[in-house]
Amino acid sequence: MPGAIYAEGLVKTFGDVRALDGVDLDVPEGTVLGLLGPNGAGKTTAVRCLTTLLRPDRGRAVVAGLDVLKEPDAVRRSIGLSGQFAAVDEYLTGRENLQMVGQLYQMRAKAAKARAAELLEQFDLADAADRPTKTYSGGMRRRLDLAAALVVSPPVMFMDEPTTGLDPRNRQLLWEVIKQLVSGGTTLLLTTQYLEEADHLAHDIAVVDHGHVIATGTSDQLKARTGGERVEVVVHEREHMTTAAEVLAGFGKGETTVEDHMRKLTVPVTGGAKLLAEVIRELDTRGIEIDDIGLRRPTLDDVFLSLTGHVAEVKDEQNDKEAVK
Amino acid sequence: MSALTDAVRVAPAANPVGQSIRDSMVVAKRNLIRMSRIPEMIIYGLIQPIMFVVLFTYVFGGSMQIGGSTSATDYKNFLMAGIFAQTVTFATASSGAGIADDMHKGLIDRFRSLPMARGAVLTGRTFADLIQTALTLVVLAVVAVLVGWRVGSNGDTNVGKVLAAFGLLLLLGYAFTWIGALIGMSVRTPEAATSSGLIWLFPVTFISNAFVDTSHMTPWLRHVADWNPFSATVQASRELFGNPGVSASEAWPMQHSVWASLIYSVLIIVIFRTLSVRKYRSATA
Repeated sequence: MPGAIYAEGLVKTFGDVRALDGVDLDVPEGTVLGLLGPNGAGKTTAVRCLTTLLRPDRGRAVVAGLDVLKEPDAVRRSIGLSGQFAAVDEYLTGRENLQMVGQLYQMRAKAAKARAAELLEQFDLADAADRPTKTYSGGMRRRLDLAAALVVSPPVMFMDEPTTGLDPRNRQLLWEVIKQLVSGGTTLLLTTQYLEEADHLAHDIAVVDHGHVIATGTSDQLKARTGGERVEVVVHEREHMTTAAEVLAGFGKGETTVEDHMRKLTVPVTGGAKLLAEVIRELDTRGIEIDDIGLRRPTLDDVFLSLTGHVAEVKDEQNDKEAVK
Repeated sequence: MSALTDAVRVAPAANPVGQSIRDSMVVAKRNLIRMSRIPEMIIYGLIQPIMFVVLFTYVFGGSMQIGGSTSATDYKNFLMAGIFAQTVTFATASSGAGIADDMHKGLIDRFRSLPMARGAVLTGRTFADLIQTALTLVVLAVVAVLVGWRVGSNGDTNVGKVLAAFGLLLLLGYAFTWIGALIGMSVRTPEAATSSGLIWLFPVTFISNAFVDTSHMTPWLRHVADWNPFSATVQASRELFGNPGVSASEAWPMQHSVWASLIYSVLIIVIFRTLSVRKYRSATA
């Protein structure tokens, strides 16, 4: 049985650009899939296809057990969408925005009003409820946008880059909200360019590049594919680099990488913290002064790099538009 | 139990027409709240037609020949139907800009992801614009009376006829906001919607009977003016107001101006509503 969100061979072209080039996804009910990729990878297009906003050229998509192409209206009743841009009316107050969305989900005016009050409380917006959202901070607007997607507590949620452009504090806040939501059993598809975010929130991760899903798995599985841990040393004196390289070669399970300009040496290892202690002792015995040493586990950045051959480029051009005036 | 079955399923609307009207009203209310919070937009919307009333009355009045007379008073009474009609068509630009702005800001995406009637976002917008147009017309009519416009100055009229004239003007304005809706759905930015919403209105409103007597135009231009949908409403309201300068042209829309005005407006609504809603369904921001 397909999951709460299921896609098979989605293709969408815009002129010469193949935004989606055969995307397959399967998100089991009650789990979170992180769709990870740089700008222009096709993440947003995939979300737009799954949320009935865009008709794919080819492929099949099922959301909440409903065929997206055949029953778009039924799908719309079962999903909540929180966009990359805080899509709330800036001249309406937070309360008016939520009431409007509730009514457009076909709630009665009274029920929509009650639900709006509840959500404003829950999202810590009660104090600002009757101010036009123009006066909200970026973080508040995102929370309101998310609240708008939750008006009918839909079983399936889509969030397109929910924290792009937010400061760390607000990102943390939003993560807490999302975690709470998911613990209630909602199925969530989340797109992000932040590897840390996918690591933090998603059960499974699908890495997207050039309209393809190039890898799927849990964060740990993906990291394991990239290779294990490694020791990173920054020596104080440049002349010590050769000796340090000799030391590391003795412990390493592979080739030592040398970044000359940073006086940094990296070597893949197994053995964890115990081994690290040994390395430190040995360097000390040889009289090599070090500025920094550490055991590094692969980050999703490394995963991305090893899968695509290029670093995930985080472009921030969109954030400017959201900057609070 | 799973979340899929537990969740509050929103029932499909039993009556699609009722839903469509309800949704449109929700969107109209949203747009009216918006307008009330940007009063400067309404004020600028008023300044331009008031300026036209004053400029045309005092600059052109006295040098224009209306039905063989060059009296400034006759021109003033002739002019108002034209200014009113031009003013209502200018709602096109604000409607287009509003919709383009919604596209641009991602609100159309939000609406399109909701289980609401497909035409309601645009219908709601055009309703709100209609109400704004009506308010503008009221203010403009008061200004017109202040500078000396009088209904029944050169013909028969009564309250019913005057109201009918305003009704035709509003219908024309409403029809034009649907042209604006299509423009708003077709361009990428609100700025482009404003300028492309206005530019074509100048030839449409000037190659007409709004500001001059068409009998002085070269024959081919006169034909264009006589058959211009905009002219039909101007002619009809001029007649119903009992103002001077009603065209004696043989062209059918000039002879049956009330009918022509109704037919043109309804036709514009049907065509442009269909096109805009189709565009909305497949919209990509």
